[in-house]
Amino acid sequence: MDIHEYQAKEIIAGFGVPVPRGGLAYSPEQAGYRARELGGEKWVVKAQIHSGGRGEAGGVKLCHSEEEVRDYAATLFGKQLVTKQTDAGGKGVYRVWVETASDIERELYLGFVLDRASERIMIVASGHGGMEIEDLADEDPESLRRMVIDPAVGLAEFQARELSFSLGLSGGQIAQMVNVLRGCYRAYRDLDAMMVEINPLVVTGTGDLVALDAKMSFDTNALYRRPEVAALRDASQEDPREAVAADNGLAYVGLDGDIGCIINGAGLAMATMDMIKLAGGEPANFLDIGGGASPERVCTAFRTVLSDTNVSVILVNIFAGINRCDWIAKGVVQAYREVGLTLPVVVRLAGTNVKEGQEILRNSGLPIVAADTLAEAADAAVAARQQPAAA
Amino acid sequence: MAILIDETTKVIVQGISGRIGQFHAQEMIEAGTKVVAGVTPGKGGATVLNRPIFNTVREAVDATGATASLLFVPPPFAADAMMEAADAGIRTAVCVTDGIPTQDMMRAKRFLRRYPRARRMRLIGPNCAGIISPGKGFMGIMPPHIYTPGRVGIVGRSGTLGYEAASQMQALGIGVSTSVGIGGDPINGSSFRDILELFEADPETDAVMMIGEIGGPQEAEAAAYVQDHMTKPLVAYVAGLSAPKGRKMGHAGAIISAFGESAQEKVELLSAAGITVAPNPSAMGETMAKVLCRKEAA
Repeated sequence: MDIHEYQAKEIIAGFGVPVPRGGLAYSPEQAGYRARELGGEKWVVKAQIHSGGRGEAGGVKLCHSEEEVRDYAATLFGKQLVTKQTDAGGKGVYRVWVETASDIERELYLGFVLDRASERIMIVASGHGGMEIEDLADEDPESLRRMVIDPAVGLAEFQARELSFSLGLSGGQIAQMVNVLRGCYRAYRDLDAMMVEINPLVVTGTGDLVALDAKMSFDTNALYRRPEVAALRDASQEDPREAVAADNGLAYVGLDGDIGCIINGAGLAMATMDMIKLAGGEPANFLDIGGGASPERVCTAFRTVLSDTNVSVILVNIFAGINRCDWIAKGVVQAYREVGLTLPVVVRLAGTNVKEGQEILRNSGLPIVAADTLAEAADAAVAARQQPAAA
Repeated sequence: MAILIDETTKVIVQGISGRIGQFHAQEMIEAGTKVVAGVTPGKGGATVLNRPIFNTVREAVDATGATASLLFVPPPFAADAMMEAADAGIRTAVCVTDGIPTQDMMRAKRFLRRYPRARRMRLIGPNCAGIISPGKGFMGIMPPHIYTPGRVGIVGRSGTLGYEAASQMQALGIGVSTSVGIGGDPINGSSFRDILELFEADPETDAVMMIGEIGGPQEAEAAAYVQDHMTKPLVAYVAGLSAPKGRKMGHAGAIISAFGESAQEKVELLSAAGITVAPNPSAMGETMAKVLCRKEAA
């Protein structure tokens, strides 16, 4: 689960990491007021959306007067900001962060991630900050420093010191950097984060370290024990279809094609999508219906897939272990009745109670195309695709 | 003896009194698995499916001599249950649970390393379908009838895609020595490499089918192992050629977040290591059949 920059800054500030002074605004007037409240002569106005690349997309601006802050904020509110990390629709701006502009001497990169090879939290840092980590890895890989943290010991002070020196910091900055590193690590560990990123972490004109930007994402499996983190969810930043699907126990990811997929198991779902592509089609979505799916959940899956108007055929592929084919078949029949389905449906059932399931489909009298194998199912779906012009 | 489980393996079920635990324990018993006891804290002294229930894994192990445990424990308590099994001397644990916090897994794996190698527990999963040695026994949630006993090992992340491979092989008359689901989470107990080592050493396995997917470094690690150490033929398939970067595809671990984690890159790595890669998911069985033919001819 992702959160906004201002929320991440508030969290790491609570763990002792210095951040610029700032305030949140829900309207241009409030943004102007925040600038006056903060005082000074220069402010940075930043669109709050769940995406990186905001600067290049025109979502961040240095302003020199209260009026400029207000006017610029007015252009942001309600806008769909398209960055290179969002899809073509972009993300809506409903919150704006106004902060005191910092005097930048030097930019560093600092990230905490899960390293799947060592199965531990890893620090990735560079003395060369301000650009995306992917670009940094391409353009200046030698500048990257990596350090793995033992979960039983935590981040040792000597490790933090070593890393700080290797980034070219000196004097009082070392103690400050050790403090930043330990604060970020504790925030990651104590709140079940999956990622903490400060980019850039800057050295100011007075030689002090400040987190100019901050990004955090969290382990959704641990939200049950982190209610304070769960409360930071902002549904306006999520794809509404994916959010509704998740609330109903379905894993759904929208894609660009027209063949709607309802499948059990993430691996089989990906394999079915691969098979559709091979047969000359394009999947409209990834959907894992999960284990022990009731007819109701199957119905919800149909509704979710059909809410994408590009869909012209639905492919159901179930290999039942913990699922039951008869329940799935009942769900398909129920979906026909309740959703008023008019599109062609291809169904492939295998595994637990397959005979009962196939019988329910046959006896339903509905125009369902039955397929026995994965390859047949993909071919049938591509063949059954409705040509919009011919229909 | 196939790997990890056979007809002599004494199995306990942690969380046997839950609805799901009980249903699958029943299936395991019907398939001939030696399920000897269950563990549910606070329900010691009761019986489920005519098996005694113990409060702790240690009591169950002391009373029955069990060496394997299947965990149907809810996510908040699953990592603790793994550590309890490891401490009680269980040798092989299979955890089906989906949704365990990542840092719990980090700590549980660190905990397993406290024990000397000779008595260290092998963990399979979490978020997996389990393990089955057809005709001998199984621990997990798979439908046992889709597996024919035989001499090909299967190891895969995804449960249902593993079923798909087994049934394609069954249709072609190819049997399975053991099938192992290593699970879809970013941190899992055993990697592809761990399981390939066991198959390589198993006299009852002639070839292995490995089913990977996008995300994580374990397919690359397996490719390096196969190239340097494996003598038995391997067929691989990697799911997710059509998956976009940066999106999580169902499994918590199925996300392309670094170089080498896309399906295309993994296929290239595996092919470069001399591994036969099935061109698509419906050709897993026939690709294995061809490789077995070639092996016989050689």
